[in-house]
Amino acid sequence: MAQLTCSKLTAGYEGKAVVKNISFAVNAGDYLCIVGENGSGKSTLMKTLLRLKSPMSGKIEAGDGLHLNEIGYLPQQTVIQKDFPASVREVVLSGCLNGCGLRPFYNRKEKKLAAENMEKLGITNLAKRCYRELSGGQQQRTLLARALCATRKILLLDEPTAGLDPVATAEMYDLIAELNKSGTSIIMISHDIANAVKYASHILHIGGQTMQFYGEVAKYEL
Amino acid sequence: MSFNERLDQLVYLFQNFAFARYALIVGVAIAFCSSLLGVTLVLKRLSFIGSGLSHVSFGSTTIVAAVAMGIGVENFQNNIFWVLPITILCSIWLLLSGPHSKIKGDSALAMLSVGTLAIGYLFMNIFPRSANLAADVCTVLFGSTAILTLGSKTWMVWLCVGLSVAVSVVFVLFYNKIFAITFDEDFAAATGIKAKVYNMILAVIIAVIIVLAMNLVGALLVSALVVFPALTAMRVFKSFRAVTICSVIVSVVCSTFGILLSAMYDNLPLGSVIVAVNIAVFAVFSIIGLVLRRG
Ligand SMILES: Nc1ncnc2c1ncn2[C@@H]1O[C@H](COP(=O)(O)OP(=O)(O)O)[C@@H](O)[C@H]1O
Ligand SMILES: [Mg+2]
Repeated sequence: MAQLTCSKLTAGYEGKAVVKNISFAVNAGDYLCIVGENGSGKSTLMKTLLRLKSPMSGKIEAGDGLHLNEIGYLPQQTVIQKDFPASVREVVLSGCLNGCGLRPFYNRKEKKLAAENMEKLGITNLAKRCYRELSGGQQQRTLLARALCATRKILLLDEPTAGLDPVATAEMYDLIAELNKSGTSIIMISHDIANAVKYASHILHIGGQTMQFYGEVAKYEL
Repeated sequence: MSFNERLDQLVYLFQNFAFARYALIVGVAIAFCSSLLGVTLVLKRLSFIGSGLSHVSFGSTTIVAAVAMGIGVENFQNNIFWVLPITILCSIWLLLSGPHSKIKGDSALAMLSVGTLAIGYLFMNIFPRSANLAADVCTVLFGSTAILTLGSKTWMVWLCVGLSVAVSVVFVLFYNKIFAITFDEDFAAATGIKAKVYNMILAVIIAVIIVLAMNLVGALLVSALVVFPALTAMRVFKSFRAVTICSVIVSVVCSTFGILLSAMYDNLPLGSVIVAVNIAVFAVFSIIGLVLRRG
C-alpha cells in the first residue's frame, strides 16, 4: 500500500471548494511535485493533506507503516516568524517535539538527532545564531532540518525555494534530491516547472479548480 | 525629608510591618509570572490581550459586586473567585478564535475590552459600592495606590503567591510546546502536536496572570507589565530561552524597585512607578542593543 493515498479529495474554505476531485498516491521513495498557477489551491491541498483543515469530501489515507505524526512539513513563510527571537538550534529541536509526548524536555537522543540534521544541512556553525537574522536560504535550511527531526519518511514542502537567489535555489533542489535518494518521500509545491520536471518522479498539475495532470514525469507535457 | 531619612524610614517599614513584606512578596511573585508569557503574546500579536482581559475583569468585578449588593451580601470581597473564571473563559474565546476566524484577534479584543469597560463603568455608577466612586474607579484602573492595600489581606497574599507558583510550574513543564506553537502553529499541528490543547492551556495561564497583575498595576497598566519586560529582553537577546530568562529578571527587578520607590515616596502610585521603571529599563536595553549591533 502507498504511504499516502488521496482519493476524490475536495478541499476549500468555509464551504467553498478551491480544488476538486484530486486523486493520487505517493509510494515510499517517490518525489511528487505539485505545480500550478498562484492561487490555484496548492497550499490548500497541502494543508488538507496535513490535516490542518478537514477535507470537504474524499479521503486521505496513510499506509505502509506511516503514522500521521511522522510527516515533516516546511510551510510557506509566514510573517509571524520574522521578528521571533529564536536560535537556529531551538527551531530545529522543536521538530523533535512530536516524539516527546507528555515528557516536558528533550532527551539526549533528540538533541543528537537535531545536531545530526543541522550537520547534514550544513548549518551547525549557525546553531546559536538568531533565526530571523539569517539569509533566506539559511532559514529554509533551518526549517528543513526541523522537518527532518520530525520524520525521515515523508516531507511536505510548500515552495521551499520561494524568495531564494539562483545559487541558493539550486542548492536547495540538490539537498532535497539527496534526501529523496536516501529514502525520504517528497511532496513539493513549486511553480518552477523546469526544475520540477528535472528532479521529480511524479507530477500533479492543478489548474481550473481541478487536476489537469497526474502521473509519472516522463508522461508530463510542458 | 532627605533621601537618607526616607531610606531609614523604608528599612523601618519593612522591619516592623508584615504588610510591607507581604506586598513585596506579592509584587515579586506577580512580576515573575507575568513576564513569562510576554514573548508569546508579543509574537502572537496579542500584546493588547492584557488590556482586553483586564477590562473584562473590570467589567465582571463591578457586575458581580452589583449583583452581590442586590442579593444583600455586604462587604463583598472574595470576588476574585468569580472574576477569575469569567476572565479565563474570555481568554479562551479570544485565543481559540485564532488567526483564521472571521473576527480577527485584534478587533475581537477591541470589542470585548471597550464593551466590558463601558458596562463596568455603567454598573459602577448605577450601583455605587462606596461614597467615593472616583477613588474606586481609579484603584481598579491604576492598581493599588500604595503597598498597604497590596499586602493587607493575608489570604490574598497567599492566593497570589500560590497562583504565581502554579503558573510558573505549568509554564516550565510546557515550555517547549509553548515555543513550538508560538513559533509555527501549523508545523506543530502538522506533526501531531495538539495545538488546540496547548492554546487552551496558554489561554488559562494568560487569564490567571492578567487577573493577578491587575492587583499590582491595575487594569490600564496590565499590558505594560506583561509586555515591557519581553520587549526589553528582545532588544538584546536572540534566543527564546535567553529572552525568557532575561524578561523574568527585568520584570522582577523593575517591580521590586518600583515597590520600594513607591514605599519611600507617598506621592508615587505603585502601578505607574513600576511601569515607569520598566520604560526606563527598556530605553537602556534599546541603547545597548543598538551599540551591540553597531559594534
Ligand atoms: N484562509 C483562507 N480563507 C479563505 N480562502 C483562502 C484562504 N487561504 C487561501 N484562500 C483562497 O484559496 C485559493 C487558493 O489559495 P492557495 O492554496 O494558497 O493557492 P496556491 O498555494 O496554489 O498559490 C485562493 O483563491 C485564496 O484566495
Ligand atoms: Mg501557496
